[in-house]
Amino acid sequence: MSGGYNFAYLDEGTKRMIRRAILKGIAIPGHQVPFGSREMPLPYGWGTGGIQVTAAVLGPDDVLKVIDQGADDTTNAVSIRRFFARTAGVRTTTRTAEASVIQTRHRIPEVPLREDQIIVYQVPMPEPMSRLEPSRAETTRMHALAEYGPMHVKLYEDITRYGHVATSYDFPVMVNERYLMSPSPIPAFDNPKLDRMAALQLFGAGREKRIYAIPPHTAVRSLDFEDHPFQPRRAAASCALCGSDESYLDEVVTDDRGTRMFVCSDTDYCAGRRGE
Amino acid sequence: MAYVAVKGGERAIDAAHAWLAHERRGDPAVPALEVEQIEQQLGRAVDRVMGEGSLYDRSLAALAIRQAQGDLIEAAFLIRAYRTTLPRFGTAEPVETATMAVRRRVSAIFKDLPGGQVLGPTTDYTHRLLDFEAGGEPAVPGEAEAGGATMPPAFAILGDEGLVEPDPVETAAPTDLTREPLAFPAGRDARLQALARGDEGFLLAMGYSTQRGWGGTHPFVGEMRVGSCAVMLEPPELGFALDIGDVALTECQMVNQFGGSKAAPPQFTRGYGLCFGHAERRAMGMALVDRALRAEELGEDAGAAAQNVEFVLSHCDNVEATGFVEHLKLPHYVDFQSELETIREMRRDAMRVAKAAE
Repeated sequence: MSGGYNFAYLDEGTKRMIRRAILKGIAIPGHQVPFGSREMPLPYGWGTGGIQVTAAVLGPDDVLKVIDQGADDTTNAVSIRRFFARTAGVRTTTRTAEASVIQTRHRIPEVPLREDQIIVYQVPMPEPMSRLEPSRAETTRMHALAEYGPMHVKLYEDITRYGHVATSYDFPVMVNERYLMSPSPIPAFDNPKLDRMAALQLFGAGREKRIYAIPPHTAVRSLDFEDHPFQPRRAAASCALCGSDESYLDEVVTDDRGTRMFVCSDTDYCAGRRGE
Repeated sequence: MAYVAVKGGERAIDAAHAWLAHERRGDPAVPALEVEQIEQQLGRAVDRVMGEGSLYDRSLAALAIRQAQGDLIEAAFLIRAYRTTLPRFGTAEPVETATMAVRRRVSAIFKDLPGGQVLGPTTDYTHRLLDFEAGGEPAVPGEAEAGGATMPPAFAILGDEGLVEPDPVETAAPTDLTREPLAFPAGRDARLQALARGDEGFLLAMGYSTQRGWGGTHPFVGEMRVGSCAVMLEPPELGFALDIGDVALTECQMVNQFGGSKAAPPQFTRGYGLCFGHAERRAMGMALVDRALRAEELGEDAGAAAQNVEFVLSHCDNVEATGFVEHLKLPHYVDFQSELETIREMRRDAMRVAKAAE
């Protein structure tokens, strides 16, 4: 622990305020709850919402895993993991199975999560309709009325133009058949994992000052049409390291002649399959 | 196969921080900057960091400026991240700027007025010629005039006729955006707080845009005053307020034409700017934007950017803005990979169609 700061950096009053927002979010799955987001010592856009949510749910016995792009060793993941190791003194891990709290940016681990785990997503733009309607006053009204027609029209226009939906990440989902929700910029490939996940899913947007949640085992449906069902995509290849043909793959350029290889984006999953 | 899953994030961060510390210090043969030098000699930078950092502490602002290598937005960020951890033990009474110990006070709407026009320490009439003498080191100046008189507000002159709208009476506790999230519609208290901590460049540009026809407000500087005010705080157990210290402030009262509406006769309306330290550009930008944001309330056309409350308030904070813009540097390769797969598929479809058409 670091002198002069409370456990996990935030003062207890702030954590209580955040926990109340989280509880409200859990009570209304997919609904964005405004909260008094604090200025954090990391910049907005680096995961301040996720960090505040993690700080509010973390206890001394928790084991924390932090990933960015699926990897534990990306610099931002390292930086956030160090932040909590320093301010909360909690045990950290890179093993998905060993973690009780997983903070993530842009991915969901390949291995299904359990009921005794919490996954915290870093969210840049919590409003799924922000590109269709820039005014938050207006989108708040649209959510209240479940007026989601414009989003369906957007998807329909994609299909008429391209033959399929052209959104490949941050693909909008309907939570509990009530609230349209941004799953954060995870690839659409990860969307099916949101559905009826055993773990509690918490979403924190610091700059936009919103928290939302999906309780365990809640129905989450990616928007689609009967004749154009949702289709997650991945590169048509197997991992060059572990051979997985199911995991989400990163495309890596290995020389200056443009040679490529595909490897698992989830580094723990890949290492586990290779027996490390 | 040359690739091994990339490792080394930990070492890379440590090395980057070490390099940064080295670069921040510069050539060790040159004496290190002292925080006091910044506080004394770069006062305007200190004022800006206090304003955008929302914390009145000159030496901490100076420390942040040094730590941030003079990057003032980064310095404001350092201050904000410190400020957010401080306990809040009370709320001061509103400062009474009419009792300000004035160092500078000008009014553009009167030739002369009670208390006089006091130029004070202004750059308004300097010639912007670089001072090459003495290797750029200016000579030690002579004694300055003391200043510090109290002066009645310029509006007192016009007040009796009802030509200028009166001060709004606020009884409710003001919003605090550092504790509660911004919500729309936003009251004037929230708007003024957001503007007071807003980016100086943004306020300047937005105010400027109203002068060029994007939401005109016909402004005059009714009064600009710079000086120090006592801060009064009433501890709950005491029953009376204590003077807990002085803060340096800049206040700008802008007067604007208003043709009247069903509810109000024609009169001058006002835009208000108040900020820490000596920061006239900031106070004026704030006053112009404050007035522009009142367009809807006053029944004026409200189509320009500077009149759109949600647009202005959502984008005026430079710590938020710089964070979200600069986060694009963080890895996005997972999303980009999914875009690659999508665009490849779209190109395949397009090629197939083109080929079929041949």
